[in-house]
Amino acid sequence: MIRLEKRPQPSRAWSLATPLVAVLATMLFGGVLFAVLGKDPVEAIRTIFWEPLFGEFSFYYRPQLLIKGAPLVLIAIGLSLGFKAGIWNIGAEGQYIMGAIVGAAVGLAFYPYEAWYIFPLMVIGGALGGWAWAMIPAVLKVRFGTNEILVSLMLVYVAEQLLASASLRFLKNPEGFGFPGSRNLQSYESAFNADLIEGSGMHWGVVAALIAVIFAYILLNRHMLGFHIRLTGEAPRAARFAGVNPSRLILLCLGMSGALAGLAGLFEVSGPAGQISIDFNVGYGFTAIIVAFLGRLHPVGILLAGGLMALTYIGGDIAQSNLGLPSAAIQVFQGMLLFFLLALDLLTNYRVTLRTSEVA
Amino acid sequence: MDLSAINPVLLIASLMVAATPILLAAIGELVVEKSGVLNLGVEGMMIIGAVSGFAIAVETSSPWLGFIASAAAGAVFSLLFVLLTQVAQANQVASGLALTLSGLGLSALLGQNYVGIRPPQMGKLDIPLLSDLPVVGPILFGHDPILYIGIALTAGVWAMLKFTRAGLVLRAVGENHDAAHALGYKVIRIRILAIMFGGACAGLGGAYISLIRVPQWTEGMTAGVGWIALALVVFASWKPWRALLGAYLFGGVTVVQLNLQAAGVAIPVEYLAMSPYVITIVVLVILSADKSSAPAALGRNFHASR
Amino acid sequence: MKLTTLLTSAAMALGLATAAVAADKTKVGFVYVGPVGDGGWTYEHDQGRKAVVAEFGDAVETVYVENVAEGPDAERVMTQMALEGADLIFTTSFGYMDPTINVAKKFPNVKFEHATGYKRADNVSTYSARFYEGRAVQGTIAGNMTESNIVGYIGSYPIPEVIRGINSAYIHAKKVNPDVQFKIVWAFTWFDPAKEADAAKVLIEQGADVILQHTDSTAPQAAAQAAGNVITFGQASDMSEYGPSPRVSSIIDNWAPYYVARTQAVMDGTWASTDTWDGIGAGMVGIGEISDAVPADVKEAALALKASLADGSYHAFTGPLNKQDGSVWLADGETSDDGTLAGMNFFVEGIEGDIPQ
Repeated sequence: MIRLEKRPQPSRAWSLATPLVAVLATMLFGGVLFAVLGKDPVEAIRTIFWEPLFGEFSFYYRPQLLIKGAPLVLIAIGLSLGFKAGIWNIGAEGQYIMGAIVGAAVGLAFYPYEAWYIFPLMVIGGALGGWAWAMIPAVLKVRFGTNEILVSLMLVYVAEQLLASASLRFLKNPEGFGFPGSRNLQSYESAFNADLIEGSGMHWGVVAALIAVIFAYILLNRHMLGFHIRLTGEAPRAARFAGVNPSRLILLCLGMSGALAGLAGLFEVSGPAGQISIDFNVGYGFTAIIVAFLGRLHPVGILLAGGLMALTYIGGDIAQSNLGLPSAAIQVFQGMLLFFLLALDLLTNYRVTLRTSEVA
Repeated sequence: MDLSAINPVLLIASLMVAATPILLAAIGELVVEKSGVLNLGVEGMMIIGAVSGFAIAVETSSPWLGFIASAAAGAVFSLLFVLLTQVAQANQVASGLALTLSGLGLSALLGQNYVGIRPPQMGKLDIPLLSDLPVVGPILFGHDPILYIGIALTAGVWAMLKFTRAGLVLRAVGENHDAAHALGYKVIRIRILAIMFGGACAGLGGAYISLIRVPQWTEGMTAGVGWIALALVVFASWKPWRALLGAYLFGGVTVVQLNLQAAGVAIPVEYLAMSPYVITIVVLVILSADKSSAPAALGRNFHASR
Repeated sequence: MKLTTLLTSAAMALGLATAAVAADKTKVGFVYVGPVGDGGWTYEHDQGRKAVVAEFGDAVETVYVENVAEGPDAERVMTQMALEGADLIFTTSFGYMDPTINVAKKFPNVKFEHATGYKRADNVSTYSARFYEGRAVQGTIAGNMTESNIVGYIGSYPIPEVIRGINSAYIHAKKVNPDVQFKIVWAFTWFDPAKEADAAKVLIEQGADVILQHTDSTAPQAAAQAAGNVITFGQASDMSEYGPSPRVSSIIDNWAPYYVARTQAVMDGTWASTDTWDGIGAGMVGIGEISDAVPADVKEAALALKASLADGSYHAFTGPLNKQDGSVWLADGETSDDGTLAGMNFFVEGIEGDIPQ
């Protein structure tokens, strides 16, 4: 009979190996899925994982990986801080929307005036928008002990309605022939978050994501607050004795994740997306939760996971176009990846032993 | 503006129909959460139920078989969550999201051949005399059978939690799994059963949308109902009858706002559309005074170490 | 080297290569906003793609990507298709407008066709359908057939396309039935079948016996059937499974003739940037068969209107027409210009209620 024994310490080797095993298992089972759908499995896997990185047109896809991955990493880094401390902000999608709305509104308030300080003000606006939205579950939790998972999730739907309102009313492009959506910030120089080097995909959001990774790494490994975060997650009682103020930690963690999600929204709306529209949000806030877990809540892991997720999106679209795979198959493929990763996490924390039966 | 155009009797009757899928999914999730497990995969299980129920109903021309299949499919699909959280001890939040993601994709694949087909109809309850009564008739006796099953399930779960030993054990597991384990209860086994029950209920709720409420199959047709069901469980503070009330309130907000629009009342639609979520948050705050309502072990995994 | 030049040269190199390898094979790409299984908007575009395959067989290769979010994802998918050697790319959602223009700048040799937008370039055409012509036919049938004189209308979002449809239906319903009244409900969603079902039920409960919908699911049809004595019209696709009643006719998005013609133009080398806004006449707007549930004289009137719209002898917006506030919009005999129609943001006189602003 197979038995599980909890390891005294999570296995370091397995913690590094499981993501690789999970990716391999996903390739294997994904291949079976693609074969069932009548597609060449090897070709499909190759298209998804190889084509964007080293294929004929990789000069175009590599920058796209940055564009697609940056918001995921930025949001996931913020979430991981809270997750480590056992604070579950799953409403990053809403904070992302609010950051975009506030940031875009700041920029559009200046239109058509050009000045160097407009973009920095938008960045501050975006961060504040996301932060404020995350402060609602934070304050309610601190003050009333409400469940932050549910409050932050509810606020996603509220934010989506506000987004519709912004596109149809208060941020609607007055020269847009009555169609919903704001002005395009890409054609408003002071507000445009352009590539820093043209065609590189490196916009300010990518820079911010990289800074966030470094910042989180230092915070978690070298700073008292990082220690408190980890301690609270692993041993809440011990944390209390160590003098951690749980309320302060909740406000800080939710606030940081909200601000980062808001920044991601701002960089997206002022750069790649260009405008506020009804369908502006495409689920980055939820995908980032997956990225955070995929990266084992470790800053470097999240960076890699964000890249991997972006790869499956871009490769998935190529596979759709070139091989005629339905987008649902790609979705299942991504679900599998997460599934295997979560399932194999077992090996990190538990030792699997074969032993003669004993009533458990 | 013509408020007299709104017929309160019909409004209540259609509100009950609008509430049923939310109620079914929420009752299932309520049992899951009472056992101390948070399954965020309700949306995924619902849409799997929606597509399986639809497919089987079309193939067999029997809506009843469709509903049975949807419950079975929801329960089987929830086994993925069982595997992750109860066997592999994975994080419940992430596992639930994985379930929803896979469910949406898988259902789209399964349903490819069922787009644009009309499913067999399930007849309405038609009791002579009773169904024809004014006011009471349309509200109480004029619906499809599944709607009554939803109410019966609510009553059943309420009675089970309150009066039976099984309910007591379930609550004990949800409150403190270590203590329950020490008392000799099989924590994991009880949770697995609860999760499967939740999956079956969510599947039924999904099929209610694809077979009765809409009825058709299209990708992503549950359109977020699963998430509303999650909110509803909290709104109801884990009490079945409050879940029923809440489902009517949630379903009612949509129906009432559409009614007001049709009657020509100028209302800001987005603000009404967001009201259920805002109300839930307010209720959460009010309920927070009552610390006893949430299962204490909610979201925490259990491993019997020895 | 700048990316633009890099992309262009790559595309040109590839264009040359494909021209050499398969001079007779034209590659056509389609970018879809929803799943091909949505049974409505995207489904009908994909039918158009299939018509292209059926027409040209091995002479064309079609590729498509579904569920492409508007914004950077759309831009990437279009670029990807252009890089992979597509000669012609149809981008089938309004939100793809700016991405289409951006990508088209980088690939001057690839032809782009953007649905429902207003921005064009040398290699970007726009196309859209005059669905309001179909609404005129529906309005005629609705006005004739309603007994309660209440027509329910389910709108998605208050955008010009939807407002145009409401006005057109109302004008023609009113023409045949001066007592007709429209009840309009905004769903504020593109896609939520359950909400559409609720909206239809609400309208029926409030006395509507005709339901017009500007949303794509069959939910309103089922609601009408359950209620009995209510008629509906199919939207986007024929929805004939609900005929002969409640569904008495339909507006069908028929992109096939246009897609075939534009593909042919690329093959012949005669493609030029245009702004196409076709209606019933060109076959872009199909009127589904009017069922026997409609009395013969009404059917005749509807078909006559359809014919006059098709041959251009009648315009659906012909004066005298006033705006909702009573101010004059079109004088007697005057017809609306396309610019006003494209950005329509007002109701005509007689419609009650405000457009949500």
